[in-house]
Amino acid sequence: MEEKNMNNNQIKNFLKGFIKENPVFVLLLGMCPTLGVTSSAINGLGMGLATTFVLFMSNVFISAIKGFIPDKVRIPSFIVVIASFVTIVDLLMQAYTPALYLQLGIFIPLIVVNCIVLGRAEAFAAKNNVWSSAIDGFGMGLGFTFALVVLGSIREMLGSGAIFGYKFINPDADGILVFVLAPGAFITLGYLIAIINKIRKTV
Amino acid sequence: MEYVIIIISAIFVNNIVFSQFLGICPFLGVSTKTETALGMSAAVIFVMTLATLVTYLINYFILVPLQLDKFLQTISYILVIAALVQMVEIILKKVSPALYQALGIYLPLITTNCAVLGVTIIVVKKSYDLGESIVYTVGISIGFALALVIFSGIREHLDLMGMPKGMRGIPIALIVAGILALAFMGFTGLV
Amino acid sequence: MASKKPESNFVNMVFRLLLIVSISGLALGYVYTQTYEVIEAANAEKIKSAIREVVKGFDKTETIRIMPTDGTDSITLYRATSNGKWVGTAVETYTDKGFSGRFSIMVGFDTLGTITNTMVLSHKETPGLGDKMDISKSKWSLQFIGKNPETTKLKVKKDGGDVDAITAATISSRAFCDATQRAYDSFKQNGGKKHE
Repeated sequence: MEEKNMNNNQIKNFLKGFIKENPVFVLLLGMCPTLGVTSSAINGLGMGLATTFVLFMSNVFISAIKGFIPDKVRIPSFIVVIASFVTIVDLLMQAYTPALYLQLGIFIPLIVVNCIVLGRAEAFAAKNNVWSSAIDGFGMGLGFTFALVVLGSIREMLGSGAIFGYKFINPDADGILVFVLAPGAFITLGYLIAIINKIRKTV
Repeated sequence: MEYVIIIISAIFVNNIVFSQFLGICPFLGVSTKTETALGMSAAVIFVMTLATLVTYLINYFILVPLQLDKFLQTISYILVIAALVQMVEIILKKVSPALYQALGIYLPLITTNCAVLGVTIIVVKKSYDLGESIVYTVGISIGFALALVIFSGIREHLDLMGMPKGMRGIPIALIVAGILALAFMGFTGLV
Repeated sequence: MASKKPESNFVNMVFRLLLIVSISGLALGYVYTQTYEVIEAANAEKIKSAIREVVKGFDKTETIRIMPTDGTDSITLYRATSNGKWVGTAVETYTDKGFSGRFSIMVGFDTLGTITNTMVLSHKETPGLGDKMDISKSKWSLQFIGKNPETTKLKVKKDGGDVDAITAATISSRAFCDATQRAYDSFKQNGGKKHE
């Protein structure tokens, strides 16, 4: 019975990142990459997965070494751990997915200052065991990815009439261009959050 | 002339908030009142310029000669910025309590303002020299201040408007930001 | 919590933070050395395949670097030869006028300076708009093939030139022309000569 309860808790722990505590739609964290890279679904997916990797690894590591770090240098230590994993992602993407790396550009090193990563380290990994922290990081990361892909898909569909690069309108026609440009990012996210607010209130 | 072009394009054409999507968190967070927006802007201008100066020196006098710039840049920059913010806070507290009163509460927020780290990385990517870097940073931070102040002015009025409940707060703020971004797109091609 | 936190005294703080920093530094150094060659190889392969794309019928290339008359960085020319005879030059050129800053393209010229092909190397232009200059997205860039910048004005029609701009992406089109013009100027400056 107890075991089952624990499993249930872990599942909840994993799922909370998708809707209930979705970092983008509900907690409103990590806005810069959310707006900056979602001009297409594939960019959103790439950015989301890169962030998931960093979140997962830094959560695991920070949780593992939390007993070793004196309280007063907690934040700098966390930042060092996070920045290391960000640089690793940066180098790996440069080596193996150079085209995507160019598209995401400066937002890869900026995962360091993504409030979600440091936020989870401080609020969760510093207080929980390695296993829960791993699940938390993974769930939150996928929740972030989910949000980015949703936003990216909508913008790509409206803006270029395509989804994941496959055009579903006349190949020579254009979409509603403003949606792939900066203003479209703000406006789409604004409406999405409003819709999610509405759903959360009525459910 | 070169400097004028850099500064104009940094403020209007490549506005950090509306076209580069950096510093969105403080942009949404502290823009509910014009007064706080001004305080935050001043703190950002100050820290950003200082951070660019220090990271520039570190990059070209320590990291590049030792060939560490390819993989220790992010980590050293963020540590420098965090330390810098702390130092500014301590010094300000001692030297000018009045200024500290005005900027103090915004300083801790700046470490995680991605605009600061972003700009220090951008000036390296653009391979600007020291003068250009500083001018660019000043331009970018003025652009940030401009965006923040305009936006806060609008948001103060938004509170009085009638609108569906779900739209209140962040959603309508984002849509207003989108319309402002549209307006800023008019500057494209200016330089 | 089972484990007791170490005390926040000076030695503990400095020592432990330093330890974390040095471990991270070493780990990053290791990853860097492991990925360095892959990154270099990927870049080199990209350049090579771009040269093959823009200049045809050669067996050897020679790399020449020159400083363009207008521009901040040097430009690389790849002088292509077949059995020692000059057949054309691929020019790796750039522009800073793109919608999202710098992008670089490879432009191929035959011995007379006629454009044989172009290839976008790296760009950050807007998806659905400026990225149409990339041949994988649209056929826009094909209009440059067979044009000689001596007779064709490398400017968009709006500016009195001969190039059809990408719809709603005049800035990217202008930038593309700027890069191509810089490539041609460098090609002329070099004049097909060998290095030295």
